[in-house]
Amino acid sequence: MKAYNLTHLRELEAEAIYVIREVAAQFENPAILFSGGKDSITVAHLAKKAFYPGKVPFPLVHIDTGHNFPETIEFRDKFVAELGAELIVGSVQKSIDEGKVVEEKGYNASRNGLQTVTLLETIENNKFDACLGGARRDEEKARAKERFFSHRDEFGQWDPKNQRPEIWNIFNGKKQFGENFRVFPISNWTEMDVWQYILQENIELPPLYFAHERDVFVRDNVIMATCDFIQMKDTEAAEKKVVRFRTIGDMTCTGAVESSASTLEDIIEEVAAARSTERGTRSDDKRSEAAMEDRKKQGYF
Amino acid sequence: MSDNNTEAKGYLDMELLRFSTAGSVDDGKSTLIGRLLYDSKSIFEDQYEAIEESSRRKGDENVNLALLTDGLRAEREQGITIDVAYRYFATPKRKFIIADTPGHIQYTRNMVTGASTANLALILVDARNGVVEQTFRHTFIASLLGIPHVVFCINKMDLVDYSQDVYNKIKADIESFSAKLDVKDIRFIPISALKGDNVVNESENMAWHKGGTLLYMLENIHIGSDHNHIDCRFPVQYVIRPQSDKFHDYRGYAGRIAGGVFKPGDDVTVLPSGFTSKIKSIDSYEGELKEAFAPMSVTIQLEDDIDISRGDMIVRENNKPNIGQDVDVMLCWMNDKPLVPNGKYAIKHTTNDARCMVKNVQYKVNVNTLHRIEDDKNIKMNDIARVTLRTTRPLFFDRYSRNRITGSVILIDEATNETVAAGMII
Repeated sequence: MKAYNLTHLRELEAEAIYVIREVAAQFENPAILFSGGKDSITVAHLAKKAFYPGKVPFPLVHIDTGHNFPETIEFRDKFVAELGAELIVGSVQKSIDEGKVVEEKGYNASRNGLQTVTLLETIENNKFDACLGGARRDEEKARAKERFFSHRDEFGQWDPKNQRPEIWNIFNGKKQFGENFRVFPISNWTEMDVWQYILQENIELPPLYFAHERDVFVRDNVIMATCDFIQMKDTEAAEKKVVRFRTIGDMTCTGAVESSASTLEDIIEEVAAARSTERGTRSDDKRSEAAMEDRKKQGYF
Repeated sequence: MSDNNTEAKGYLDMELLRFSTAGSVDDGKSTLIGRLLYDSKSIFEDQYEAIEESSRRKGDENVNLALLTDGLRAEREQGITIDVAYRYFATPKRKFIIADTPGHIQYTRNMVTGASTANLALILVDARNGVVEQTFRHTFIASLLGIPHVVFCINKMDLVDYSQDVYNKIKADIESFSAKLDVKDIRFIPISALKGDNVVNESENMAWHKGGTLLYMLENIHIGSDHNHIDCRFPVQYVIRPQSDKFHDYRGYAGRIAGGVFKPGDDVTVLPSGFTSKIKSIDSYEGELKEAFAPMSVTIQLEDDIDISRGDMIVRENNKPNIGQDVDVMLCWMNDKPLVPNGKYAIKHTTNDARCMVKNVQYKVNVNTLHRIEDDKNIKMNDIARVTLRTTRPLFFDRYSRNRITGSVILIDEATNETVAAGMII
């Protein structure tokens, strides 16, 4: 008898496409949260496949902290143009200028936490009732219990104790006025799955993910790119290193790893041999043991 | 691309196995998962260092592998798992998704959630205590949720001197009560999660056990038949109409195949209209497919222009599901607010939305003894009961034991929008 089996990547893909189509069917005004990182690029790619030969029926939303890598912005604009989707940018700088948030001060100042305010405001202003994101359950402890369809109250908050049970693949997107959902189609993917899928599908990524030479300095054992947004201490010195980034966020909180991985195959080998998680280079998670859980409750991605 | 790059190429023939874990308090479930992750090298240095540090702070002598799976702050404080948590690891052969469910009595709802998508259930039994009430309950729920494979891990063998007699007695006890349940494939394995015997590495202390390690079993158990590949069922999820110049008249029905194998040229019937047509093509981003089967997500075009929308189902003419508004289900109640007799709820079945009334509660099941309770028909959180539903629109359904996708429903409270129950159609 013939075996009707899918590879793990094909099965994960089928699940993600199913989830994305459910969003299109159950919500009136959904959007894709797009950071320019590999996970949201993967979600956008899956959305393209889900509706082919039609267009992706959602806009892409980017929360711009103003501290992005220039490479990310360049890639974003090209990607959106090729996809033929609408781009909506929420600006953290604007939230600061309007006095809605106050910028952190000091050496470890980051706009990462401020994003939440801008994100919630962008959702509210555009009346999005569902936002697709690239979060994965394997990233961090607090995400291991996240649902595919994650319900948010009218303040955009997540209540880990009061999540709707999610049984089989029947998703309940019913909500009261003003409430909305975050939906995570690649919940069940690991970092390795994403890389293997990117290789399988030949998906283009920002050059930051591949080894390149740049000016960096080391703080708290994390390699940071030098830039105008980070104030260096007297004891810190810039040097040139060949590095790449495992995740892409703000320049102020995204650390690099020394690496010579210049192709997807190299990266996959490196990830397979890696001895620390990809968020191990994120200083925003290191602030306390429950840092991610606290930010999620407030409405972080 | 270099062909000898095995790390990069290995994924081309990896499969996916989803399993749930259940156990009583303190029978070492978290330790077992920690052990699987640790011995299969799925734990990173920073994660290991974090739990090493926590263990030290709590005064543990050994590194407590159970801490790896304790997610939320509330759990860390109380030392219990309060919700389903998902864990991932992979070997060159398979990727594994673990639905880690709490074993507390009040959390039947979480066990049902974790079990609903699993190919396999791991049930832990403490070798010192043997079969306890919760063993019955976990096995019953695994059978109720139609999990194809159930593996009993007789844990803490190190504390009973790795005794084969103890193991055989527990195995016989489980075999005797599970004979009454509908479980297709039952297996047993003696382990010590704490010491690592028979988890990833073979035990030197139990040479009498010839069944290999748990990981070997997880890597090799046959899962190719876990989906229904016989009865063709395609619930229409979304209609794709690009209305672009290039695809002006394109009308594709997007969805995930719930059963059977579809091919271009197949004669099909569309429910509920009953119109018949032929499959013109099965489309994907990569091009047209020669065949498609569960659980693939595809887009189907038909030869004829028929009015089809979300909630309709495409099936084979000579193999139709049941069509009806009266449905008997085993219901697991998942909400603090009890079921309202004759109450009305929203119901979701595949891609179909309707409303329903709970017409009749036939009996409740005592999940610890499997006895029927006929004199108490109040359905509260974590109760399992057989009920009859009357729906506002016909559903196209199969028995749950035949197809887990077309045989399942959820009920939603129309006032709060919360998911209040999971139902398996009988």
